[in-house]
Amino acid sequence: MKWSEFFTSSIGKKFVMSLTGLFLIAFLIVHASINACIFADLPVFDANDNGEIFNKAAHFMGATILIRILEYGLFLFFILHIYQGYLLTVQNKSKRSVGYAVNLGNRGSKWYSRSMALLGTLILLFLILHLGHFWVKARFLHNLAPVTYNGVEMHDMFAEMKMVFAQPWVVIVYVLGCISLAYHLAHGFQSAFRTLGVHNNRYNIILTSLGYGFAIIVPLVFALMPIAMYLGWVA
Amino acid sequence: MSSNNLNLTLKVWKQKNSQDKGQFETYQVKDISDEMSFLEMFDVLNEKLIAEGKEPVTFDHDCREGICGACSMYIDGKPHGPWLANTVCQLHMRAYKDGDTVTVEPWRANAFPVIKDLMVDRSAFDRIIQAGGYISVNTGNAQDANNIPIEKQLADDSFAAAACIGCGACVAACKNSSAMLFLSAKVSHLALLPQGAIERKTRVLNMIAQMDAEGFGACTNTGACEAVCPKEISLTNIARLNQEYLLAGLTAEK
Amino acid sequence: MLNSKIPSGPLAEKWTEFKGHCKLVNPANKRKLEIIVVGTGLAGASAASSLGELGYKVKAFCFQDSPRRAHSIAAQGGINAAKNYQNDGDSVFRLFYDTIKGGDYRAREANVHRLAEVSGNIIDQCVAAGVPFAREYGGLLSNRSFGGTQVQRTFYAAGQTGQQLLIGAYQSLERQVALGNVDMYARHEMLDIVIIDGKARGIIARNLVTGKLERHFGHAILLCTGGYGNVFYLSTNAMGSNVTAAWKAHLKGAYFGNPCFTQIHPTCIPVSGDHQSKLTLMSESLRNDGRIWVPKKQNDNRRPNEIPEEERDYYLERRYPAFGNLVPRDVASRAAKERCDAGYGVGSSKQAVYLDYADAIHRYGKGEVNKRNLHNVSEEEVVKLGKEVVKEKYGNLFDMYEKITGENPYEVPMRIYPAVHYTMGGLWVDYELMTTVVGLYCLGEANFSDHGANRLGASALMQGLADGYFVIPYTMGNYLADDIMTKAIPTDHPAFVEAEKAVADRINRLMNIKGKQTVESMHKRLGKIMWEKCGMARNEAGLKEAIVEIQALKKEFWRDIRIPGSIEEMNPELDKANRVADFIELGELMCLDALNRRESCGGHFREESQTEEGEAKRNDEEFSYVAAWQYAGEHQWQLHKEALNFEVAKPTQRSYK
Repeated sequence: MKWSEFFTSSIGKKFVMSLTGLFLIAFLIVHASINACIFADLPVFDANDNGEIFNKAAHFMGATILIRILEYGLFLFFILHIYQGYLLTVQNKSKRSVGYAVNLGNRGSKWYSRSMALLGTLILLFLILHLGHFWVKARFLHNLAPVTYNGVEMHDMFAEMKMVFAQPWVVIVYVLGCISLAYHLAHGFQSAFRTLGVHNNRYNIILTSLGYGFAIIVPLVFALMPIAMYLGWVA
Repeated sequence: MSSNNLNLTLKVWKQKNSQDKGQFETYQVKDISDEMSFLEMFDVLNEKLIAEGKEPVTFDHDCREGICGACSMYIDGKPHGPWLANTVCQLHMRAYKDGDTVTVEPWRANAFPVIKDLMVDRSAFDRIIQAGGYISVNTGNAQDANNIPIEKQLADDSFAAAACIGCGACVAACKNSSAMLFLSAKVSHLALLPQGAIERKTRVLNMIAQMDAEGFGACTNTGACEAVCPKEISLTNIARLNQEYLLAGLTAEK
Repeated sequence: MLNSKIPSGPLAEKWTEFKGHCKLVNPANKRKLEIIVVGTGLAGASAASSLGELGYKVKAFCFQDSPRRAHSIAAQGGINAAKNYQNDGDSVFRLFYDTIKGGDYRAREANVHRLAEVSGNIIDQCVAAGVPFAREYGGLLSNRSFGGTQVQRTFYAAGQTGQQLLIGAYQSLERQVALGNVDMYARHEMLDIVIIDGKARGIIARNLVTGKLERHFGHAILLCTGGYGNVFYLSTNAMGSNVTAAWKAHLKGAYFGNPCFTQIHPTCIPVSGDHQSKLTLMSESLRNDGRIWVPKKQNDNRRPNEIPEEERDYYLERRYPAFGNLVPRDVASRAAKERCDAGYGVGSSKQAVYLDYADAIHRYGKGEVNKRNLHNVSEEEVVKLGKEVVKEKYGNLFDMYEKITGENPYEVPMRIYPAVHYTMGGLWVDYELMTTVVGLYCLGEANFSDHGANRLGASALMQGLADGYFVIPYTMGNYLADDIMTKAIPTDHPAFVEAEKAVADRINRLMNIKGKQTVESMHKRLGKIMWEKCGMARNEAGLKEAIVEIQALKKEFWRDIRIPGSIEEMNPELDKANRVADFIELGELMCLDALNRRESCGGHFREESQTEEGEAKRNDEEFSYVAAWQYAGEHQWQLHKEALNFEVAKPTQRSYK
């Protein structure tokens, strides 16, 4: 069997979705961990941090060559995941030209598992906005305010965040984006493992619980950021 | 206790042949006993239509005891109707109350073209089996049956997968019109047995290629198929199929 | 004169002898020989795949949308084989003997012995093909016991043995389709046999989707089209099961053997009303643990659980203490009918008896208590444990009962009543399974050969697969070896044209009756006549009346039926009309055969021939023969007798007391 056949068969396409999805899940862990650094400013930790740990972490990500290379991979995987997702959706839809008058509804399946393309689109829209807010400025425009720690000058990403999240509509859009992500993950996490062939029930039970946990915790961490900034929990 | 007083409105898909566009027709049936099966209610309707000089409704059915897999009606949005782990022929009218309106459609999938009314062409399933859903053993070749001991759990799991009746409800329910539950049931049935292990690689690769060629969609693990399967074939089989495919695809020499 | 072509020599060596000396066809010639197989159940699918493997060019036909739906799929209990894996004294001879005795000494010894000989190979073949039979923890095959035997020789796959075996044969068949050795024609119905120079050379089939007639040539033709129980309208057969192919062959010269031998299965879900379209079997295996009873008082309207133990009549245990609830099917059925006729029946129709699991649940519950070393267990707890065991053994059957009746059989005894299940009669065939038409073979339930007047449980699957896997591949060569020079006959041969025209004319005639009555209503009326007068008990007066009534029904049918739609389209009503027309003619022959056989044997019970206790009384002096009927024009048949010689299994009166 040719590799091209392998990856373009109905199961092969799902492998692509699954593998890229799992990479993106790994990325989310890193991203959420770094973002969580802003909470170092919470009074319980260090009220005088003022985003220092966060800014350093962000600088590290931007200045390390290996991570910059990984970033290209990340983009490639994002694009693959999005492209393949849409392709699958369109192709799957085309397999039933005449639809039903009465739909099956929720028997056996959850609405979000049937709405992965819709949820993915919402996440994509959010993503574009999000890249515009931070990544484009940091990487290309370099128009962020500088801050210096121990003689090293870097972007004051923390200050930028505070500015962006001062606008209520942005906060709402970010929270909605996180909710979409939560539902996308609620199905995607365990589905990715099923697609890779995990059929042992004991593992499946663990992976399913883990998936729901991940789908709640990670988007919650993300959502808390704009909320915390907007409500002034972190200075 | 039985009662004979169900009056129902039926909205039934009528389509003269595969070329016809088709449309819903509305029928009334009266004095239906709650002890009737759903198909017997259709018998009553058809007898009435013939007596009135109208065209009866065509539908597939045969054994009427839930094992042949011929019956295939999509009733009020559910393949095989409202009961779980059930075929249309086993659905009984006590599931309905007087005055109900019931909508009946054929299985919908491009791979299952409508032949007439509620009858569809499921020969794609036969062609998927032809692609590898068997063990290549000619008659007369067999060794003594007890020379192949098989762990009871494996034999039971294999049997549970082999219980598939090939009705196509999984395809009808799947939003992607995927035949993965059907296919995975056959792959699991054979892959779990030592006799079937020899051809496991070519089997899974060829069967999936045939499924794709027939125009079924890809699985997105929503679980609707498992929930409507009259024989409760487990979604686990699809995961097993994925594993079989992954291993076969990665280790194929050519 | 009938020639059964039984090989000479001792019974146990006849088949070996035959195989050693039968003619063979070399592989190059096999490729030139075409074989038509009609019907793709166990017999048809196994025959088509085996012949395809040998290299013949096979065309297989079935009326269903896929070979996987043939009614063999509905067999529940199991398949017998003389493997003696249980070390309980089984052997080829025992299986042979049990089958002959169970068939009340009306089967052909040589065929039955061959069946017993190949039974073991069937299990081997099925396991190799991936049939997931039930297994023990050690990984070896499990067995259970069935009615009419004293050993455990039944192999099974839960309550779905027929399904698993058919899927196995179907897979082999599809493999041959993929290899190009078999061409499969699904949704096709055979409507006539084409005979050229005295040999069967083709069929006329109707494509049920387009309605068009097709001609197909074959050097030989196999009918594997199952039984004709649907002549009774209500039976455990599938809605589509029919006699048409066999009947067309009969009209073209194939003799019909023992048409009146019908098996009425004792444990079916009773009829609930006039709307009923078919009956559902509850596996014979339920009689292993269930107890059958009726109230001791006539017309007792109390609920079963309100009737105290001492007011219950466990009539099978009372009448047959040795076998109890496990007497053969014909005996159990008649006993149930006797009680209901005498006014002891239960349920709203009074045409039912109870099959009670309360005792078994209690017994199994106690067993679990012991096994798990429990103490101070309440009665409720025992019952709960017992129900779990019963659920594991019979769960799917109990679920099926509940779906149909809406009653919970774990709480309330099941109501059961006998129903038509299997037909031992069928086309007469010789030892090589050839009918009286040269080149026309008949396999499985469609032939008459192996079960005599009563079939034992778990033997139908065995026969279907024996015929298809292990008999026909040998006997077919023996015939075709002389045919290797025969070229395929083009289907524009006058015999094909004529046969197709006859079929088309008949279809046109049916469509143009344009009367008032539906085919279904006529079929119901036929079934009622058959059930009442040619059912579980038959007598001379009733049978004579039935013949007159059926003849009248036939006239009415051809004068007054209404078939909607047109010919050249999918038209199930037309298909049904074609089949019912044949059932009506068959019904008459069945009554004629039952009238002729003035003895009781197996499932055939003539009220005039019974012992003082009401048991069936055979008459070996006069009726130790196979009645093979030759069609001789409308309402006319000529009887040919094939004498049955019992060299080994000497006939005795069956006793299960």
